[in-house]
Amino acid sequence: MAYTKRHDGRKMDETRPVEAEVGVIKNADGSARFKIGDTEAYAAVYGPRELYPSFLKNPSQGTLRCYYNMLPFSGMGNRVRPGPSRRSKEISLVTHNCFQPIVDLRAFPNTVVDVYIELTDTDAGSRCAGICAASMALAHAGVPMKDLVSAVSGGKVGKSVLVDLDYKEEAYENEEVSDMPVAVLPRTGEIVLLQMDGKISVDEIKKALKILKKPIEKIYELQKTALKNSFTGGEK
Amino acid sequence: MSKVLFEPKQIVVPGETLAEGMDNLPGEGTFRDGDKIVANVLGLMNVKGRLISLIPLSGKYKPKRDDVIIGRVTDIASKGWIVNINCAYHAMITLKDATSDFIPKDANLSKYYDVGDYVLAKIVKVTSQNLIDLSMRDPRFKKLDGGRLIEINTTKVPRVIGKAASMISMIKEKTGCRIFVGQNGLVWLKGEPKGENVAAEAILKIERESHLSGLTDQIEKFIVKSLK
Amino acid sequence: MTRTNVNKSFRAHLLNKLQTDYRFDNRKKEEYRDIKVELGVISKAEGSCRVTLGDTIVLAGTKLGIERPYPDRPDTGSITVNAELLPMSSPDFESGPPGIQSIELARVVDRSIREGGAIDFKKLSIEHGEKAWFVFIDIVSMNNDGNLMDAACLAATGALLNTKYPNVKDGIIDYKNHGKDLEIEAQPLLVTVNKIGDSLFVDALRAEEPYIEARLSIGILDDKGTICALQKGGTTPFTEEEIAKALDLAILKSKELRKALKGGKTGKK
Repeated sequence: MAYTKRHDGRKMDETRPVEAEVGVIKNADGSARFKIGDTEAYAAVYGPRELYPSFLKNPSQGTLRCYYNMLPFSGMGNRVRPGPSRRSKEISLVTHNCFQPIVDLRAFPNTVVDVYIELTDTDAGSRCAGICAASMALAHAGVPMKDLVSAVSGGKVGKSVLVDLDYKEEAYENEEVSDMPVAVLPRTGEIVLLQMDGKISVDEIKKALKILKKPIEKIYELQKTALKNSFTGGEK
Repeated sequence: MSKVLFEPKQIVVPGETLAEGMDNLPGEGTFRDGDKIVANVLGLMNVKGRLISLIPLSGKYKPKRDDVIIGRVTDIASKGWIVNINCAYHAMITLKDATSDFIPKDANLSKYYDVGDYVLAKIVKVTSQNLIDLSMRDPRFKKLDGGRLIEINTTKVPRVIGKAASMISMIKEKTGCRIFVGQNGLVWLKGEPKGENVAAEAILKIERESHLSGLTDQIEKFIVKSLK
Repeated sequence: MTRTNVNKSFRAHLLNKLQTDYRFDNRKKEEYRDIKVELGVISKAEGSCRVTLGDTIVLAGTKLGIERPYPDRPDTGSITVNAELLPMSSPDFESGPPGIQSIELARVVDRSIREGGAIDFKKLSIEHGEKAWFVFIDIVSMNNDGNLMDAACLAATGALLNTKYPNVKDGIIDYKNHGKDLEIEAQPLLVTVNKIGDSLFVDALRAEEPYIEARLSIGILDDKGTICALQKGGTTPFTEEEIAKALDLAILKSKELRKALKGGKTGKK
């Protein structure tokens, strides 16, 4: 049976319901929550602050550190062992790569900006949710940056190219599945995260990137609104 | 034709295009990209003639010369005291700037300021290397004795102080509290148990509601009501 | 937690505020902040609970797994309690392996649940000597504004109350579908009584914690006041009278926490 209708009735280019909120961790210099379907990410930013040990200091600009972490109870199936894993380290790296080109820490040499991303609940798309949350948290912290980052995954199930695969779709057994997380700088449309696993044709990649544009735009609007509302108590 | 895309005081987020065309100039918190001026920080739109800049809405304190700040002594070195001033860099009080008194050679420095003490001091130097020097030579600068500290967003400090210190004077008068507002977002209060709490609540309320107009009257009403 | 020198003048000021019952947030010594309990907040956990205590937020979740029982207890399953003080939740917490504060927190909560008999481990048995359920209880701080201990135990008990067994098909756990509730025999809660000078108080703020000289965390099972765990912290001793007072206060306050737990709203699951 071909996957022509999504199991939850979504259109091919439709994301799950999205929630974006800023200022959720009071102790942090900036913080945000981003929820897409059942996948929920929190991000907190601390800094710029002093960096120790001293040999890590960069005298030409501030250092950005990103930590992606899945909480032990956040995943389908077995408990996730606490502490960094190879997977979480890799995702931390690609997350860092998203923000390094836009975050401007030249005014803060020798310091560090720490971005902590915690996944409380995951139903696929967790790195994209983490990146969306981190982007809002960095802006909320007042860190100078050239743009926000908006992210969502594209991919395909069988012959259908679609966006924002959930866990059921990622685990679809009857047909070929490929999952392609993408993060975009909304202003320029440049791509700062691109990963894919599964088998996919060049045309399908192009199509996925194309149908991602609208959902990315929608996510960007929600991020912007959440940031603006946090300073006006929700009023316009 | 050049076009400015936001009204003054509108909130913009990083990456938003603020103006198109070459007639305007990019100021603080913005950058130029081709014929566009783009936001570099979360802030309020500010247009002054041709200059477009942003007033940041958040962010760590940026130390400036002559700012009066509150800091915490974190260490004692041979030449003076290391002070955390709630920003990305620590500051230093050297022996000669520490007090208007004479400090004898080989004196026990912790007798003047100990680790954990809070001080009110003035920034006298910020170098390009972010070395920050404080001075406490003027008698109005001192070690803070007891009381409590609260932390507010540094961008809200002017609102807490008010025009010609109107807001903070009103809070002091109504609550009978002694208050110092550091430019670095640390506020020290000391007063009668109840009045002190009301003053602290009022200051946090200003921080939360700084975007509203007629704030001084509202805060005054809040204080009067809370003190009953 | 980073221990800085205790500033004597600030300690005296804080003590005065405690004695006059005007704490930093206007509370009395024996008063808790607003307590919010939300159950079933995590779709992928077998059970979950978020506790909001003023600005302190703690999240607990349970995962169930099938493992071989310990050889000396072939007919019992068990629990594991783990706590993480996330660096996200406070500038005082650093990333890295669990520090002593999170280890103590997890162990005291573990003791309350284990010794309080919240779970009958025999009921976790599936097959003699071969298979039993193991309950993993993970507690994380999301924002630390003090008193993580009491919030953590409340969240852990809430998560247990909300826990359902996943279905098992042909010996394999089907985590997508859940069936019957995990049976909870008792509901342990922790109340920590803190001491500065001669003042005893509950529900410490992060701003008060550096000045705490001693604390007593008391695990309480029911409104009758059955005690199931004790942990004295801090380097200052307690007198016998203080301990008696702390126990009475803790039993009184545990009723409030229990009421909040009972009133906890269940989200979708």
